[in-house]
Amino acid sequence: MSVETSKQPTVTDTHPTELVRLEGVTKRFGDNTVLDGLDLSVEAGRHVTLIGPSGSGKTTILRLLMTLTKPDDGTITVDGERLFPAPEKQVREVRKKIGMVFQQFNLFPNMSVLRNITEAPVQVLGMSRDEAEARARELLDLVGLADKCDARPTRLSGGQQQRVAIARALAMRPRVLLLDEVTSALDPELVAGVLDLLRDIARTTDITMLCVTHEMGFARDISDQVLMFDAGRVIESGPPEKIFSDPERDRTREFLSAVL
Amino acid sequence: MKWDWNAVSEFMPRFWDGLLVTLEALALGSLLSFTLGLVWALLMRTPSRWVRWPVGVVTEFVRNTPLLVQLFFLFYVLPEWGLTFSALATGVFAIGLHYSTYTMQVYRAGIEAVPAGQWEAATALNLPLRRTWTAVILPQAIRRVVPALGNYVIAMLKDTPMLMVITVLEMLGRARLFSQQHFQFTEPLTVIGVAFVLISYLASLLLRALERRLVR
Repeated sequence: MSVETSKQPTVTDTHPTELVRLEGVTKRFGDNTVLDGLDLSVEAGRHVTLIGPSGSGKTTILRLLMTLTKPDDGTITVDGERLFPAPEKQVREVRKKIGMVFQQFNLFPNMSVLRNITEAPVQVLGMSRDEAEARARELLDLVGLADKCDARPTRLSGGQQQRVAIARALAMRPRVLLLDEVTSALDPELVAGVLDLLRDIARTTDITMLCVTHEMGFARDISDQVLMFDAGRVIESGPPEKIFSDPERDRTREFLSAVL
Repeated sequence: MKWDWNAVSEFMPRFWDGLLVTLEALALGSLLSFTLGLVWALLMRTPSRWVRWPVGVVTEFVRNTPLLVQLFFLFYVLPEWGLTFSALATGVFAIGLHYSTYTMQVYRAGIEAVPAGQWEAATALNLPLRRTWTAVILPQAIRRVVPALGNYVIAMLKDTPMLMVITVLEMLGRARLFSQQHFQFTEPLTVIGVAFVLISYLASLLLRALERRLVR
């Protein structure tokens, strides 16, 4: 074995860059403790899927990361910078690294499709309008809606709206993309198109994805790590092949047999 | 009692003067009430209760006292404090202020009707708060409240005759003056009655056209 051929592990190989870290995160809604001292770490470039029964805290994690809600306790760190607790100014900076796609799309109905995508790059990243529009057109091309630039979002089908929402999130060039049950509100025949697009994005970009989904096929396909949630805790995690075919916990087995 | 067309034609020149004043008071009063109402609604959403509390008390007070009393107060009391305005300016201010306490409720409802998802999307895109208001929330809220605001324009129109009590010669003031001079009441009052109906009707047509444009 020569020195040349032996694979020298690079630093990133042995210590993959951690992009998202939650430590001791607790979230209560009234008397209901949704997350109970959760620790979670996501490495850069990973595609992580959160599965589990509803009310198990999956969506809450995404909402905490997007700062749509605040934890009662614990710390959240993104790319080495504190997101919570942190002063508002820092939150704004760190938040630029995170994008989110919602179940209900949440496009701005008062703006054209193009404006939906250019608004934040112009206002937040300080991009020129021309540059933002050129980029928006590229992204619309990517999501297969190049001809819908001037349309109002309400004129589009659910699947098209969700693809615009994905383009809008990508326009901010986030490091992490949070996907919150992005196909749950779609008609069955529109689901495949959106999932195919996300699969493409997962394959062709180095964006880190955290997704909450009930589409187990998609989860198996896209993710390199699956986290099984129950009652605010991760009860099992591993590669999808393992979790879906040979789970260790009975609770996971029960859940999967109920949804598959 | 018989109808006298001569009285009508004699009244008409004064009627036009009165109509102009009525429309002026209505337009400026509406503008003021729309602007002030929005200001109140936004102030009521600031996190500081040192802002919300006084705004709440003042607007509640204004809403729950009669416009007529406010007109008298502004017209007769303010000059005692050294603040003198023309009768029309005082009237416009009173109507605008009074109705702003109603339009603020309309704006509030409109703002609350914007789905939470819109705020969340704005946060996810990191839009600054000011931009979120001006580009996302208010355009959607205002679109929703145009019909309700329009109804207040018509209500304001019907309250403009109150300006008569502070010597503003709008339509009713002109009619009354004419009646007192000529002892003819039917004709001038009928003319301004018809005018009120026509203005209301035109305003509602305009409003519906605006609604159709906005609600697409």
